[in-house]
Amino acid sequence: MERPLTENIRPGQFPPGIVDYERAGGYRALRKVLADADPGGLIKTVTDSHLRGRGGAGFPTGRKWSFVPRGEQAVHPVYLIINADEMEPGTFKDRLLLEGNPHQLIEGIIIAGYAIEADTAFIFLRREYTLAEHRCARAIAEACERGYLGRDILGSGFSLDVYLHSSAGRYICGEETALLNALEGRRAIPRAKPPFPPVTGLWGKPTIVNNVETICNVPQIAEHGADRFRALSNSVDGGTKLYGVSGRVKKPGLWELPMGASIREILEEHAGGMKDGWALRAIMPGGASTEFLPADRLDVKMDFDSVEAAGSRLGTGTMIVLDDRTCPVGMILNLMRFFARESCGWCTPCREGLPWLVRTLEAIENGEGQAADMEILHRHTGLLGPGHTFCALAPGAVEPLQSGLALFEEDFLRHIRQKSCPWK
Amino acid sequence: MLTREELAEMDVELAHYEQKRGGCIEALKVLQRRRGWISDQSLAELADFLEMSVDDLDSVATFYNLIFRKPVGRHVILVCDSVSCWATGCEQILDYLAETLGITLGQTTADRRFTLLPNACLGACDHAPALMIDADLHGDLRRQKIDEILARYE
Ligand SMILES: Cc1cc2nc3c(=O)[nH]c(=O)nc-3n(C[C@H](O)[C@H](O)[C@H](O)COP(=O)(O)O)c2cc1C
Ligand code: SF4
Ligand code: FES
Repeated sequence: MERPLTENIRPGQFPPGIVDYERAGGYRALRKVLADADPGGLIKTVTDSHLRGRGGAGFPTGRKWSFVPRGEQAVHPVYLIINADEMEPGTFKDRLLLEGNPHQLIEGIIIAGYAIEADTAFIFLRREYTLAEHRCARAIAEACERGYLGRDILGSGFSLDVYLHSSAGRYICGEETALLNALEGRRAIPRAKPPFPPVTGLWGKPTIVNNVETICNVPQIAEHGADRFRALSNSVDGGTKLYGVSGRVKKPGLWELPMGASIREILEEHAGGMKDGWALRAIMPGGASTEFLPADRLDVKMDFDSVEAAGSRLGTGTMIVLDDRTCPVGMILNLMRFFARESCGWCTPCREGLPWLVRTLEAIENGEGQAADMEILHRHTGLLGPGHTFCALAPGAVEPLQSGLALFEEDFLRHIRQKSCPWK
Repeated sequence: MLTREELAEMDVELAHYEQKRGGCIEALKVLQRRRGWISDQSLAELADFLEMSVDDLDSVATFYNLIFRKPVGRHVILVCDSVSCWATGCEQILDYLAETLGITLGQTTADRRFTLLPNACLGACDHAPALMIDADLHGDLRRQKIDEILARYE
């Protein structure tokens, strides 16, 4: 099975330095792109590859790039920002790419930068990824020294600077417009959309924000073409995907598999199934803001459309497992505490609604819940849903609540009836 | 007053941004690295240098949880309390830490050795439960491992 994203990653060892990366074929894609000198053609190739963003929303990458004004309308500087703020609970995939092969990311940045005619790129890295910070900084320095970055890259006339910005915490910084405010040295509060960042982004200039895994796919697409990328996949979306599992499974971890691998294959073959003595109750397919799927949906394929058809979202593709010895009400309470704490506080439904949910769930979990509390919980899934808040944090927060209320209704009611948590 | 070394380190960062304030988070981090935390005095000195009002800079400093506006210990422990760590027992780890260090979340030990803080998912969920001390990640935590880990930090 082909693993283009991770074939040069040796977990637990040093990442390839520039010499090793080149020896393994690295920066060949960049040379090809610069020789072709056709940014528009490159965007078309990425569009044809069916690469969809790996940051959670799955927006088609080539299409996003095509929104940057070009030709007569072009405004400079154009910015490219790599979203390496990975903080969605249950998600640990970008860490592997950042620590394991930073040159792959940098080559992707230069090629993506060439396609959108960017002048400056930032890697927006969460503060806690200290090893990634160290390794990316070193890789950037190596790439500069070799003439892959800076002025007139390899004599092509194209120039690009890459800077590493290590952040200072807060989950909301991963939301792309909050991220822009963070990079401008402001409170990381999301911005109103439209205008969208490809037209009006950092300092009001055209800006593309892409996830780490998205950009790491770019070199192979540029080198081998769209058909080859689509052929890697088991679904209509192109390429491979980093899938992960955490929770009470035998072998928690990450695997690069064809896009569209089934939940069963990931959970049973790769993660080794549940630990002895623990049974599977439900999974969250792609991080803390995705709906629970019940244990009988293991045949769902993990691609954007299939997971959506099953009633959830692919999200980041890193699943969280709920076992039978863990209280689902307690788990949902933990999720709501996270979202309440990480809310930026800008809009009322999210700032006030999430703490209300936390207090209600705490009451139920502590055996002080009342039948009417169920109605409060249900009502909030609507009040905090899409269209009522300034950004997608609150709608994402109520996804596991809404699905959990349906799936675990009897567990909620038992807490209320017996005035205690059955798991304690 | 900002020292020459502090200014030199900040200038490198500030050069990457279209406006001076763009580098204010980097600048806060430079000061925090050198001074341990951001006192009112540090904040005022930095605001002056960045040509921002003190309140404006403070509104930024207080937004980000890893900028410390109160003194912290020599080592900061960030305990992940997000969902995968919760499901694999971070509460027991937290209880043990609180008991061993004699402090609760948000507090600093009397000898200023450790500050204990909760943190969002550390991106180490395959090694849950996990925590960080300063720049180091520690995963697959068990109660028994904790004493040995703490002993490495003076
Ligand atoms: C609250 C919130 C947090 C987010 N955090 C991240 C993140 O840490 N990393 C990321 O790539 N995208 C994150 N996103 C999605 C980004 O807003 C954006 O869609 C993404 O970076 C675009 O990249 P892509 O098109 O390559 O997927 C977050 C969104 C929301 C609403
Ligand atoms: S939904 Fe929440 S995080 Fe998003 S802008 Fe409103 S308050 Fe901030
Ligand atoms: S949930 Fe603790 S490291 Fe991810």
